Amino acid sequence: MIGLPPSLDRVIGLSGGALDQLMPMHIWVDSDGRIVQAGPTLAKMAGRANLTGRPLFDTIELRRPAPIATMSGLAQLVGQRIGLALVAAPHLPLRGALAVLPGGAGMILDISLGLSFAKAVAGFGLTLNDFSPCDQTVELLYLYEANTSTMALSRHLTRRLETARAMAEAQALTDPLTGLSNRRAMDAEIARALADPDHDFGLMQIDLDWFKRINDSLGHAAGDAVLERVGHVLRQQLRLGDMASRVGGDEFTALIRDCTDPQDLGRIAARLIAAIEAPVMFQGQSCRVSASIGIAVVTGDGMRPSLERLSADADAALYAAKRAGRGRYALHAMSPAAPIVGSPAVQGPARPVRRRASDPPPDGFRRRMSDQPKRQD
Amino acid sequence: MHGMINRALQGFLTATYGPGVWAQVRRQAGLPFDDFEAMLEYPDAMTLACVQAAIEVLQTHPHAVLEDLGTWLVTDPELEPLRRLLRFSGASFVDFLHALEDLGDRGRLVLPQLDLPQILLERGDGGRYRVRARWVVTGIAPVLMGCLRAMADDYGALAVLSLGGIGLDGMECVDIQLLDAAYSEGRSFDLAWVGT
Repeated sequence: MIGLPPSLDRVIGLSGGALDQLMPMHIWVDSDGRIVQAGPTLAKMAGRANLTGRPLFDTIELRRPAPIATMSGLAQLVGQRIGLALVAAPHLPLRGALAVLPGGAGMILDISLGLSFAKAVAGFGLTLNDFSPCDQTVELLYLYEANTSTMALSRHLTRRLETARAMAEAQALTDPLTGLSNRRAMDAEIARALADPDHDFGLMQIDLDWFKRINDSLGHAAGDAVLERVGHVLRQQLRLGDMASRVGGDEFTALIRDCTDPQDLGRIAARLIAAIEAPVMFQGQSCRVSASIGIAVVTGDGMRPSLERLSADADAALYAAKRAGRGRYALHAMSPAAPIVGSPAVQGPARPVRRRASDPPPDGFRRRMSDQPKRQD
Repeated sequence: MHGMINRALQGFLTATYGPGVWAQVRRQAGLPFDDFEAMLEYPDAMTLACVQAAIEVLQTHPHAVLEDLGTWLVTDPELEPLRRLLRFSGASFVDFLHALEDLGDRGRLVLPQLDLPQILLERGDGGRYRVRARWVVTGIAPVLMGCLRAMADDYGALAVLSLGGIGLDGMECVDIQLLDAAYSEGRSFDLAWVGT
């Protein structure tokens, strides 16, 4: 074997210059506690060109594992992770390791910046040349800076995506809960239909009755289940070419194409109400609602109404249906006469019948509902 | 190609020639969006289409555009963070040249998906160096040359740089003649950073 066998006890000589190069943040202290030599970076940090001859404990403050200010105490720390600070910079915690030199030549304390590296570099005005190439502090600084920059970019991206999502939502045409169109899509479709003189249609304004009661007593999840069910009813009951939308909390609109006959529209409305009245089971609870429907008709005859006029007409009919006791429909009359009101209780050819608001509800379900405290729908 | 690189290309064209030129380049390249996003990935073909479109729109030599891009990366005040990250590589221009071989690792330390060029440094006599580089797309040598010329300035070094052609191994070369490592004071680099 060539060379010497490894040994931890063999003493080697290192010049002061070599020490400075390998450990620019070391302190060599003699057995009396006076500094023999300090590395150039440490001297810079301590704010003195030359620390030689100064007492160690005037320069550094040992904190961990315990505050120590004697050489005998210091000797106990060999091999341990030491927490310390410079007396000149007590706010910057540093890290150290200690080794005893042979022949009573004292000890060497090597120091690093630890986690306060960013503050220390700024506070002491350190440069690339102040660190040993083996010290990763500069790479830590590089990473710290680079991460800050990329995190800022990520935050910008997230913010832009949020804005885009909000815009997409604002431009969306579908109600996410029911899968029906939303008000924006319905308004656009009605406007298109109104603009086409060959396009006759009926418009239904549908408002759920007793919905708030479900929401209040059984919670929003139950309410959502009911709304989903109404969406399902509208999709199932209407023809493919018709259009249904959820235009508000418990308000729906249906556009019935090429259908202007009051009797046909009344039959459809009665069917919708009957289907909506079927109880919805939610977590073992039966949720029952009904619906009031206001109908307005657009035909090719004469002036076609504006979107606002048409909506107002349908709303007026809806109001009439509500006033007539809910769970029924009303057709907005083209003439100033009273609206025609009907309910699913009217079977068969379902001639729309006129009802007075004071009439009792036609069946048990509505009677029972009528016993509930009134609410402002 | 990483969005950071595409974003740099867009930033360079917009800052140097104006948003109109970028809009033209974008249209000609058939980009399906207005802006590259720095933190997303894009197909390499998109980057190449943009470079090609820029060369056509600007009616200039491809090398000129790419070299200006390299210079801009180091000198644009908006990109000061990038210049700082590059300066971390070494205390002098020579240190910096030697650290070029670590550039890929340095980049991946921050953005694991970032694909930077593979770089080898050959040291010749009398202050001569040859940087050999390979990237996923060709044309990295002129970009590097612009970047290295600006870094020499930044360090205050006086150097002459030229394109050294493409080697048999497909690596693109930049030749550097370092005349004076401490020609001027250069731009300051303070390790301590005033973050934004």
